[in-house]
Amino acid sequence: MSILGKFATAGALLCLASAAPAWAQTIAITGGKVITNTAQGQLDNATVLIEDGKILSVGADITIPEGATRIDASGKWVTPGLFAPLSQVGLIEISLESSTDDSRAEKSEFSVALDGVDGFNPKAEAVAITKIEGMTRIAVSTGPGENIFSGAGFVADTSGDVVDSITRDHAFVMVQMGERGARIAGGSRPAAWAYLRNALTEARHYRPGRAPKDALLNGPDAMALKPVAEGRMPLLVFVNRASDLMTLIRLHEAQPKLDLVAVGAAEGWMVADELAAAGIPVILEPQNNLPSSFESLGATMTNAARLQKAGVTIAIAQLGEAFNARLAPQQAGDAVANGLPWDAAFAAITRAPAQIFGLEDELGTLQSGMIADVVVWNGDPLELMTSPDYVFIGGEAQSLSSRQTKLRDRYLDLKKAKENPFAYR
Amino acid sequence: MIKQFALAGALTLAYGTANAQMVEIDKNPFPSTYEPMPAPSVLIRGAHVFDGTGAELSKADLLLENGKITALGEHLEAPQGARIIDGTGKWVTPGIIDVHSHLGVYASPGIRATADGNEATNPNTAEVSSEHGIWPHDPGFNRARAGGVTALMVLPGSANLFGGRGTVLKNIPSRTVQGMKFPGAPYALKMACGENPKRVYGQKGGPGSRMGNFAGYRKNWIKAQAYKKSWDDYRADYAKWEAKKDSNSAKKDKDKKAPKAPKRNLQMETLMGVLNGEIIVNMHCYRADEMAQVIDMSKEFGYHVGAFHHAVEAYKVADLLRENDTCAAMWADWGGFKMEAYDSIRENIPLVHKAGACAIVHSDSEVGIQRLNQEAAKALADGNKAGLNISQGEAWTWLSANPAKLLGIGDKTGALKPGLNADVVLWSGNPFSVYSRADIVFVDGARVFDRHDKSHQAVSDFELGQPGEGDDK
Repeated sequence: MSILGKFATAGALLCLASAAPAWAQTIAITGGKVITNTAQGQLDNATVLIEDGKILSVGADITIPEGATRIDASGKWVTPGLFAPLSQVGLIEISLESSTDDSRAEKSEFSVALDGVDGFNPKAEAVAITKIEGMTRIAVSTGPGENIFSGAGFVADTSGDVVDSITRDHAFVMVQMGERGARIAGGSRPAAWAYLRNALTEARHYRPGRAPKDALLNGPDAMALKPVAEGRMPLLVFVNRASDLMTLIRLHEAQPKLDLVAVGAAEGWMVADELAAAGIPVILEPQNNLPSSFESLGATMTNAARLQKAGVTIAIAQLGEAFNARLAPQQAGDAVANGLPWDAAFAAITRAPAQIFGLEDELGTLQSGMIADVVVWNGDPLELMTSPDYVFIGGEAQSLSSRQTKLRDRYLDLKKAKENPFAYR
Repeated sequence: MIKQFALAGALTLAYGTANAQMVEIDKNPFPSTYEPMPAPSVLIRGAHVFDGTGAELSKADLLLENGKITALGEHLEAPQGARIIDGTGKWVTPGIIDVHSHLGVYASPGIRATADGNEATNPNTAEVSSEHGIWPHDPGFNRARAGGVTALMVLPGSANLFGGRGTVLKNIPSRTVQGMKFPGAPYALKMACGENPKRVYGQKGGPGSRMGNFAGYRKNWIKAQAYKKSWDDYRADYAKWEAKKDSNSAKKDKDKKAPKAPKRNLQMETLMGVLNGEIIVNMHCYRADEMAQVIDMSKEFGYHVGAFHHAVEAYKVADLLRENDTCAAMWADWGGFKMEAYDSIRENIPLVHKAGACAIVHSDSEVGIQRLNQEAAKALADGNKAGLNISQGEAWTWLSANPAKLLGIGDKTGALKPGLNADVVLWSGNPFSVYSRADIVFVDGARVFDRHDKSHQAVSDFELGQPGEGDDK
């Protein structure tokens, strides 16, 4: 379909959407190859029925209610919306301009108490360009500053709705270990782990107004870390070296209630069985295959496949990105080229992130009752030359234009600059 | 230089002072010692081919002999003893050439000790050369080879207005940098526009603004013109002197004295090389308006800009690039990290191509260089979605032929044409699919990488005995 044709269709849908509120709308996506991400697997020539922002039903023999908006998806793929398991989308407009960067706060008195939501801008350019590549949900965290803890991370949708984009605030906390954590914590890995263990203890015992005099965490930080210490909130731990992953596993053994997630894990394959036995999921970048530091000498393209084979839940990300979190499908495709089964790779950018953040009952699969984050693709979503034709977030059809597509359209034809100056296009 | 001075010395001894030879600057003091690896003849049969010049052939045969491509066509006969590779269902392309790499100068592991890519001590360091910062044991070279990269240009970073010389390498393992240098390839001069120089030098005496950047370029080009003139004058004077010295008219002592050569200036030698058309300008430049001003400046001083690198806004001035025969070396989808990269669009590469300018996919990354074919695929798809209608065969020109042309090695590599170096990649499937990988990579006909044969997978000294020891394990 030509871009103009697609925009026209999306435009028509949007008009419908504005004419009738999303909660009253029924949409039937028919005839597509449906990736359910459930035990149902892949359904050919199936219908996805959306009503009131939720998925009503998915299957081959579905009666389409009268008045439903129909979208012909024959020859196309229909999938759950993609879910970035860790990003900085919406916190940064331009990373080298500190006035536009809310991802770091080196001079703040606080660490865990920093609430990422306070920095999130649903109108940031990165949100729209992420959405139009089929990514409907993003887990977002600030980065570490002068403390190994980042602030509270959150999950948002990519609708760009400035009033209501947050799916779950205070969804997780991230902590930096390994080389970087060592540097921040005073100079060594033991220093970083000692700080982390102490912080968890202080947070667990924290009572407002009754903090011990020698407490290292201030009140708000301890309060914010409490749900992590009590195992009610995931702790994302940045580690790459196999020995660091073993330290993480020892932390799990000592404090089994903690909801630990490893991030990076370049040498994860070396301790894959141990990670699987500990039930620690991993958020990783499959393309990370260089010994880029002395803590990732074992980095390999086969990391994802080996972890998955050992039974580790993996989620795939383009890490540390505000602008290019959208590239996770390419990362997932590269993992498939290096031995990861396609279903696992696709789950790693949809279902697995939902599981990690405790959102698997609402997001990540196409089945009755789920939030209707649905993408219609012109082919295999992990491929390089495919793209979304339609993106729905919570049942609402999304515009597929962005600042980038507008710039493109302005300069698509350089020839008639005199008659039709660029700035007036 | 030592060689040259030794030679001059010998001549001095032989002929006496008055007959000393004209001083010439040795333009190649670190010559390539590259020797091709053994290259038995290979016939790849029945593969799908992007020939690199824009054409696409299905079920074609490709013959590699003595390190060269000798034939591309249908039903070729295998010479005696040639290895025959069944290319059914596979793709064959020219090797990928990356015109913007920092492999070796920002090697893995990325620690302070290996950061040799930016001589950020002065806005003009045209006197430095990337070849002196390259660590040949950077594991990144091997990873890039596994991604089908057969040649690359290693550039200094972009902190400076004039960053230094870039060096073209064959992507083969070697103990020395000279062993990787692409024979006959000219040097590049790395220059930088915009934010980087003014950020690096704003508090260190300037330039502190884009105005200062341009003043800095122009002052140095003026100096370079004077330096070039001093050598041109010297050569002319010397020729005059030589013509006169034996004639009857030159009797006086002072006429017997040979003209004195100008004092050497390494920094100005590089800029003079540009003014003489021997060194190719490769300029880091994001914004369209800056590219337009740089082009005017190049005309002011009589040189040519080979390519703008990163060129995130090239799509806004693609016509200007075409008119001035200047390439744009671009990413598929990077942007946003600084203000001058804010107007990044995913159709930049195909829009530049469609306007008739020279489009190149570059990496500037030890990760990206491993999959430049994928970057081209994304750009191609976005371009075609916007209605540009570019074929896959055409898109391969962004990866091989256009880069080869920019680097001045287009007569040696970059296409599957008889007579060119057998720099070839056999892909497991269509290289524009994420699921395809380079199966075999040939440089000068030698099997420098084979995904299915450990004995053809190089492991760098650094990785030997480490947990990784290469990627495919």
